[in-house]
Amino acid sequence: MDAAQLTQQMINGLTLGSLYALIAIGYTMVYGILRLINFAHGDVLMVGCYFAWFGAVQFGLPWWVALMGSMALTAALGVLIDQGAYRPLRQAPRISALITAIGVSFFLENLGLVVFGGRPKAFARPEMFNHIYQWGEVRVLSLSIWVPILTAIILAGLILFIHRTRMGMAMRALSRDLVTVQLMGIDPNRIIAATFALGSALAAAGGVLWAMKYPQINPLMGVLPGLKAFVAAVLGGIGNVTGAMLGGLLLGMAEIMLVALLPELAGYRDALAFVMLIGILIFRPTGIMGEELPE
Amino acid sequence: MPRCPARIGLAILAAALGLVLAWGPAPAADKAPVVVGAVLPMTGAVAAYGQMAWNGVKLAHQMRPTVNGRPVKLVLADNKSDNVEAANAASRLIKKEGALAILGPATSGRALAVVPLCEAAKRPMISPSATNPLVTQGKRYAFRVCFIDPFQGAKAAEFAYQTLGARKAALIIDVAQDYCVGLGGFFMKAFKKLGGKVVAVTKCATGDQDFSAQLGTVMSSGADLLYLPNYYTEDALVARQAKELGLELPILSGDGAHAPELIKIGGRSVEGLMFTALFNPVKPANPTAAKFFELYARARQKGELGEDMTAFHALGADTYLVLLNAVKRSRTSNGPNVRAALAATKDFPGVSGTINIGPDGNAVKSVTVLKVQDGRFAYVTTMNP
Repeated sequence: MDAAQLTQQMINGLTLGSLYALIAIGYTMVYGILRLINFAHGDVLMVGCYFAWFGAVQFGLPWWVALMGSMALTAALGVLIDQGAYRPLRQAPRISALITAIGVSFFLENLGLVVFGGRPKAFARPEMFNHIYQWGEVRVLSLSIWVPILTAIILAGLILFIHRTRMGMAMRALSRDLVTVQLMGIDPNRIIAATFALGSALAAAGGVLWAMKYPQINPLMGVLPGLKAFVAAVLGGIGNVTGAMLGGLLLGMAEIMLVALLPELAGYRDALAFVMLIGILIFRPTGIMGEELPE
Repeated sequence: MPRCPARIGLAILAAALGLVLAWGPAPAADKAPVVVGAVLPMTGAVAAYGQMAWNGVKLAHQMRPTVNGRPVKLVLADNKSDNVEAANAASRLIKKEGALAILGPATSGRALAVVPLCEAAKRPMISPSATNPLVTQGKRYAFRVCFIDPFQGAKAAEFAYQTLGARKAALIIDVAQDYCVGLGGFFMKAFKKLGGKVVAVTKCATGDQDFSAQLGTVMSSGADLLYLPNYYTEDALVARQAKELGLELPILSGDGAHAPELIKIGGRSVEGLMFTALFNPVKPANPTAAKFFELYARARQKGELGEDMTAFHALGADTYLVLLNAVKRSRTSNGPNVRAALAATKDFPGVSGTINIGPDGNAVKSVTVLKVQDGRFAYVTTMNP
């Protein structure tokens, strides 16, 4: 493989990794606060894509209006899921909430099949993302450059939010000790709702970028990105936002390089993600950025 | 211990009445519908095939709603483009609904999952479009109304080598599908035999969305043709990403590409993409086909059908018509007799052309080459067996 091709594949890996990262952040935020792995996250992403599709294709809105609208609606959906499915189980054993999350995931998938139909829909890509830049032999779609940039901006904003605002401080406090926080006059349900809203809006953003990159959407499209993002979140250290970003990039890069360097193993691309998951759980269960578990 | 003697009396009366009705020239029993099951992918990765084939079956049912004086009742079960779901659906249709035969599944992997159940229950299965040879090989109850992949692969190689002048082929194969692995293999074998070289073979799996790495390999291989033996979603995404990477190769695909989604998802990137198809939707081959084309056009006008006719509509209709013809000839509705009649199908004028069922349950048909032109499927040529 020559230098041009290597550069090309690095850019491909960076784009895919950024998409995983964006989705992984939603997982990690909810886990950080509730210790709940929200398996419905990928399906929330799918619904977000359909919201944007309805906005952009059916109602002819400009793409950024459709994106904003989709983020707002998906945030509302996230809050609704929390209120309807998880909140009644707040005091229940964690495994009950986990199984409920899987139930919500199936519910959204099948609801999508009934409401949107099982056939894929084409997702339009805005003109500004459709340019192709060429340097020598390296050709890059402008979207592939925008995805990492947008991801970086969103992550920076999120870190500022968590560390510089009262709501962010409350979130951090809640992730440490739910009971004590209540004694300080903070309503945990409000903070949890905000977390779900934020995580779901990010899923919608990730989903819309995903759908622009791979321009078809269907009701089961969230399953694989959801699982991969979960792996990315665990790789980075679940509960840690910067870790989720790193885990996503690492996973995206590893997948692309596997297919590029060992084409005969390309069929094992999805398996790679799960092998990495097993590996990290055996050798460093807290992930790359995770703190050591206290004794 | 019965509590109410009056109720027993009533039951005996009812039983006697039933007996009388059953013995008598009971028109009610004779008019009981013939149940025909359909196991098709209405959702999932290949939902387009299932929905198109089902529309074809329904139109054919409108053309011939009865057989041997009995109405035909269609029962649909979604196989969700999944092997396990396909087996469950078939077993439900046979055991619970009492289906005489199964129409479908549309793809080889699912058909392979359904065949053993049909063999065990002695109910014929007729697939509209499963082209892998294993589906019917050595089976008694498996039939299809399409050609098989060794033939399709060989014809595609011939077209690539002779008409397109390709000498170095690259392939991206979806290894999660029996159909894709089979067709890819048959193409490579035939292409090498003609004197061509296969310079790159890369793999993907159904549902993959990123093919940039595979396309990188294709690019550096110096290929002059990209052969995609895959289904429409993967084909469309590969074509798009190939254009984005600046890969200007002619792309040839198989009958799996024949769905409107190819053009909807692929957009301008699939312009010029060619594929070997099961059927030519441009011209009806016989009066049955003409009738079907007319019904189709009427339903399309009324807005009941949202797309132009494809091979899957025609072949879906043919599974139904071929089955009904066999039931009529066998004059019964029991599995083994209908199977024998199906196996003896000869010169049947179907929607997709004349259908002869060969000794192994396969139809003998010609290959049509189509291409995408100005956002529609256009006819290129026909290649005969």
